[in-house]
Amino acid sequence: MFPTDKPDPSVLRGMTQRRFGRRDALRLGGMSAMGAFLAACGVQGQGKPQASVAPDAVAKFWGGKAKNGKLNFANWPLYMDPKKPELKKFTEKTGIQVNYDEVIEEMGPWFAKVQPQLSAGQSIGFDLMVITNSIQFGQFRDAGFLAPLDHSKLPNYVANAAKSYAQSSYDLGNVFSIPWASGITGIAYDPDKIKRPITKLADLWDPEFKGKVGMFRDLQELGNFGLLAAGLKPAESGEAEWRKAAAKLREQKDADIVRQYYDQSYVDALGKGEVWITQAWSGDIFQKNVSDGTNFKFVIPEEGGTIWTDNMTIPITAENPVDAITAMDFFYEVENAATLAEYINYVCPVPAAQAAMRKHAAALSGEDKEYLESVASSELVFPGESDYAKLHYYVDFNTAEEQQDFTKIFDPIVLG
Amino acid sequence: MGRVRRALAPYLLVLPGGLWLLMFFAVPMATMLSLSLQEGDIVNGYVFTGHWQTYVEAISDYQTQLIRSLVYGAVATIILIVLAFPAAYWIAFYGGRRKATYLFLLLLPFFVSFVLRTISWRLILTDDGFLLRPLKEIGLLADGFHILGTPVAVIGGLVYNFLPFMVLPIYVALERIDPRVVEAARDLYASPITAFRRVILPLALPGVFAGVLMTFIPVSSDYVNSEVLGSSETTMIGQVIQSQYLSSSNYPTASALSFTLMAVLLIGVFSYARALGTEDVMKVAAR
Repeated sequence: MFPTDKPDPSVLRGMTQRRFGRRDALRLGGMSAMGAFLAACGVQGQGKPQASVAPDAVAKFWGGKAKNGKLNFANWPLYMDPKKPELKKFTEKTGIQVNYDEVIEEMGPWFAKVQPQLSAGQSIGFDLMVITNSIQFGQFRDAGFLAPLDHSKLPNYVANAAKSYAQSSYDLGNVFSIPWASGITGIAYDPDKIKRPITKLADLWDPEFKGKVGMFRDLQELGNFGLLAAGLKPAESGEAEWRKAAAKLREQKDADIVRQYYDQSYVDALGKGEVWITQAWSGDIFQKNVSDGTNFKFVIPEEGGTIWTDNMTIPITAENPVDAITAMDFFYEVENAATLAEYINYVCPVPAAQAAMRKHAAALSGEDKEYLESVASSELVFPGESDYAKLHYYVDFNTAEEQQDFTKIFDPIVLG
Repeated sequence: MGRVRRALAPYLLVLPGGLWLLMFFAVPMATMLSLSLQEGDIVNGYVFTGHWQTYVEAISDYQTQLIRSLVYGAVATIILIVLAFPAAYWIAFYGGRRKATYLFLLLLPFFVSFVLRTISWRLILTDDGFLLRPLKEIGLLADGFHILGTPVAVIGGLVYNFLPFMVLPIYVALERIDPRVVEAARDLYASPITAFRRVILPLALPGVFAGVLMTFIPVSSDYVNSEVLGSSETTMIGQVIQSQYLSSSNYPTASALSFTLMAVLLIGVFSYARALGTEDVMKVAAR
C-alpha cells in the first residue's frame, strides 16, 4: 500500500513535546468525567468455540524455551511515544534489548507479507506483533500461526487486565493474544462546516452533506456501520443481514453522498476539508486536534459504534518467545499501562491505570495537569458502562466461506 | 576446439539474460498461471484444481473496472500524443544547441518519486486548496465543487506521470529525420502542411508507436493515480488486483485478473501494430 499521509516522525516528536502545553487538547476535557470506574463490563463475548488447541500445546511450545536477552517487536505507527520511555524502562529492568519497528499499517498486507514464512515454519524476524481482531486475526489463529500463551508467565495480565477481554469472541480466554489497546469507531465531524450537532449514523446518510461524507474502506468497519445503520446487530448477523446492510450502503453511495472510502488518510481529508463528516477512529481525532490545533468533534453514534482491539501476539516461529511474553506482561504493570495510554489515548485494557493517571496529574500543575485529568476522565480512554452498551464488536466468521461471502458482498461497494 | 567455443559463444552470451528472464519472468508467470487455476482459501491453503471458472467470475465481477482502465488508458494515451508531439517536435527542430537542456528540463520533475509527485497533485487540487479556494470565494465555483475523486483528476495524473515516456521516443524519431528530406519535399512544391503530413509524420510514426507501448500498458494497469487522486468511482483494475492480493488474500482471483489484463493488453497492442503495418514499424522502432 502507499501510505498517503504518514506523519513525519519529527512532527510526531514535536507533538509529544508540545502536547501538555496545547490548550486544544483540553477540548477533549469537554467530555463528562465518568463516575463509574471502568471494569469494562459491557463487552459481550459470543461464547463461540475457539479454534481447538491441544491441551498440551502450551507446554509443548514453551518447553525448553529460555530468555535470550533480545526482542523484535512489530507494531503500528503512532502506538508509542517516539522516545519509547516504556521500552527503555523495560530494557533497564530486564536487560532485554528491544528492536521496535512500526511496520504494520494494514492487516491484509501484513498477513500477506508474513504468511509465506509462517507457512514454511520460518521466523518472520519478529517475536511480538500487534494485530487487530480483524478478518486476518482469524486467519492467523486458524492457520496455527500464533503461539499459545502461557498464562503463568503473565502475572500482571492476570492481576490487572479488565476481565471482559477474556471473553472476546475472537480469542476466548486469551489463548493466543492479550490486548495492547482498543479503539472506538464512531463519527468525526468539523463543527466549522456543520452547524448542527451530529448524534447519529443517519447523519452519514444526510443528503445535505452530499459529496462530503467519508466512509472506511476496511470491509469490517464499513459493513458494521451499514449493519448498525440498518438497525441490525453485527454480532447476530448472517448473509441475509449483510445483504441488507450492503443495500443501505449502496443507497448512500448511489446518492453520491460518499466522497471516498478511506484508509488512514481520512484524517487528512477531514483536515483539508474534503470531507466534513466521516467514520473515524477515536484516538486519531484526539491526536489530530492536539497536533494541528483543529477542533474536530468525535461522537459515538446513538445507533452504536464499533470497538476493536489490537492484540499482542507471538508468531509461532518466534526466536525469542520468552522475551516477548515478558514484554507483554510488562505492559500490564499499572504504571506502564498508564504512561502508554497517556500518550496514545486509545482505550486502556488496565482499569487501574485510570487511578495511576490521576495520581500523575495531581503531581503536575496548570495546563499539563488539566490535560492529564482530561485523558483520565475521557470516555475514549476509559469508557464507562453506558459507552460499552453502545459499542459492538466486529462481525464474527465461523468459516472461511462466511468470510469470503462477507467480502464479496461489501467489496463491490468500495471498488465501485 | 576453437570452433566449439565459437559455436557456444552466443549461448554463453545469452546465458545471464536468459537466466534472469527465467528466474524473474518465466517462473513467476508459471506460478501465477497455476495460482489462477487453484481453489481454496488462505487458511487451508490453495490447491490446484484447474478451476478455470475463476476467470469467468473474475471478469464478470470486475468488468466495470477492467473496461474503465482500458478507457482511461486510451484517453490518457491520446492526450499524451497530442501533448507530446508538439513538444518533441519543437525540441527536435527548434531546440538548437540547447536540445539537451530542454530534455533535461522535461525530465527534471521526474527525479522526484512517482508517488510523491502524485501526492503533490493531491495538495494542489484539494477542495480547499490554493487552486480551488479562491475560485470558490469569488463565486466562480460552487462550494461543493471538487476535482479530486473524479476521472478528470485521475486521467490528468496519469497523463502528467507518463509524459516523458511519450515525448522521448517521439523526440528520438523526429531527431533522426534528415532535414534534407524535408527540404527535398519543399523543393518538390510540397506545402509545409503536406511536407509534415507526407514526410515527417510517417517517419515519426515508429516513435509514436514506441511511445504508445511505453504508456498505454503501464497507464492501463496503473493503480497509484486512482488510489491517490480518485475515488471509488474511478477504481482501476490495478487496484482491484492489489486489493484481491493484499486485502482479501484471494490469490486465484487476483492472478486470473492479472492474466486477463495481460491478455487484453497484448491483443490490443498486436491489433494496433497490425493496423499500423507492424513489421516495418517494429523494425524501425527497434533500430
